[in-house]
Amino acid sequence: MTAIGKVSLRDTVLQRGHSRERSRLLVFNHTVLLLLTAFAVIPLLVLAFNSVKTNFEIGQNPLGPPVNIVSENFPNAWERGNFATTMGNSIIYVVATIAAELVFGGLAAYALARKKPPGSDLLMLYFLVASTIPLWMYIVPLFVQINALKRIGIDARFLLIMVYVAGSAPLTIFLLRSYMIDLPTELEDAARVDGANEFQVLTRIVLPLTKPGFLTVGLVVGLGVWNEFLLALTFIHDPNQFPVTTSFYKFVDRFDRDWALTSAGAIIIIFPVMVLFLALQRQFIEGLAEGGIKT
Amino acid sequence: MAVLSQKKPTTVFEKLNDETWRRKFLRNVVIPWIFIAPLLLIHIYVVAIPAVQGVYMSLTDWKGVGMNVNYVGLENYRELFFEDETFGKALGNNVAWMIFFLTVPFIMALFCATQLAQVKRGGMLYRSILFIPYVLASVVTTTIWKNLLNPQKGIGAAMDNILGLENTFGVAYLGRPESALMSIAFIDNWHFWGFLMILFLAAMQSIPPVLYDAAKIDGANRWQEFRHVTLPGIRPILVFMFMMVAIWSFLAFDYIFLLTQGGPGGASEVIATQLYKNAFFRFQAGYGAAQGVVISIFAGFIILIFVTVKRRGWDI
Repeated sequence: MTAIGKVSLRDTVLQRGHSRERSRLLVFNHTVLLLLTAFAVIPLLVLAFNSVKTNFEIGQNPLGPPVNIVSENFPNAWERGNFATTMGNSIIYVVATIAAELVFGGLAAYALARKKPPGSDLLMLYFLVASTIPLWMYIVPLFVQINALKRIGIDARFLLIMVYVAGSAPLTIFLLRSYMIDLPTELEDAARVDGANEFQVLTRIVLPLTKPGFLTVGLVVGLGVWNEFLLALTFIHDPNQFPVTTSFYKFVDRFDRDWALTSAGAIIIIFPVMVLFLALQRQFIEGLAEGGIKT
Repeated sequence: MAVLSQKKPTTVFEKLNDETWRRKFLRNVVIPWIFIAPLLLIHIYVVAIPAVQGVYMSLTDWKGVGMNVNYVGLENYRELFFEDETFGKALGNNVAWMIFFLTVPFIMALFCATQLAQVKRGGMLYRSILFIPYVLASVVTTTIWKNLLNPQKGIGAAMDNILGLENTFGVAYLGRPESALMSIAFIDNWHFWGFLMILFLAAMQSIPPVLYDAAKIDGANRWQEFRHVTLPGIRPILVFMFMMVAIWSFLAFDYIFLLTQGGPGGASEVIATQLYKNAFFRFQAGYGAAQGVVISIFAGFIILIFVTVKRRGWDI
């Protein structure tokens, strides 16, 4: 009834014949949007152009499309930027952080959404308050703590991953818990009647049904770790353990004038992100929007 | 009588002896907490304990190395607010940063989302492209813009060339004290505003279309439509993002550190870049910790303002 009412109301408004005004509006809309799109894209285009020029050509033509396309910047940058090692490191950081976050976060969120053990409310309050504590409040003592652990021989990479996992813990808990609370409990009860234990209920019933939540958390956390700079700069000092970001920072410092090389390096860093983004646009955008609000 | 024989165990001792109670306790208390424990312990170790230590450290003159730690009370804070002129400058820069980010990206995002909400064909494409800068790493974004703002080879130089001018637009925006901070803010905003736009767009799309139709029938023009339908419709997220951006403004670090390290001559220094240098380059860990506490107090203060205003039932 209401739906029909809505449609007919819309129709009468549209029938009033604002079609010329509408199309003029659309022209305005698209002009604004195209200008803003250009603002977003042109810097990236210039980067892509410069990554396939020689430095000589960049000197004469630093902004325009390339006249001669060369590809040697990429292997050069790969080699001199030590990307084989740092890409591997970044992949380790990303994969390990996502894995730990999803396993530990999934377990905790399930317990908080379904079992609500005594103390749950207090725990949620803890994470709520903790999520407002800026990194700057604890980075100096954390540095001391992490250094002490490094000195007794614990791998710095492991420690950085631990810091990443902790950093996104509140977001993970809030997001996954809200996904799980929305789930009807009948299926889980049915599984329990059939003799499933808590762990089986979680892995066989809850997990498959809350996959979108896990995908969201995985994307948000993974992108955050891939792009992360400050913590990696603070806690990783061995160049062989650098992720792409801090390694690229030093690389740009060293080859400051070699735009061809640094542009190619930048393309190498954003390439995996762009591929994933183009493949999973909707999940990316909605996930990051959701994640950004919850943090 | 049957009821009596099945009476629930009441004392701890009875409870522990009761098989069903034990199983229930295990299932409803022990196992859930075992599930929660790993993440909670990691979080306490990485965040909670160092946060408390940070407060204590801020009351000492610890250098960050060695064993020499003296309790100095509020001395670090006194120095920050009454002696250290560079801190006053940094705080001022944080405020300027906040004013920039509470206006420019919000205006851009609101304006763009309003246009995008009216477009049916190509809407998804615009949305995706406009979001791309947000997924790029800060090290990449800063490299791109460092080149684009280069005085000899950047956009400014190209404009001078076209207009037949010399050194008018082609100046070192990042290297001059008067433009460094706002140039960094501009670059950070290039990366950030699309995110805000997506949030506003999602909120706008959930406003019932009937409201717009009603406004049209009442003869509202586009500004009135925006002012009386769109803005109230997205108010919760708008207000929330005002709070978040205000908080983030006091945490700003990456773009400033990457582009100028706070230079030239402290012109783009903010509290976080100062803190980083004090704690990790200048052996003033106690002083840096105090700056961290100050940042947190500012962030807490902003949250407090918003919570109080909401409690008071103000219509925001």
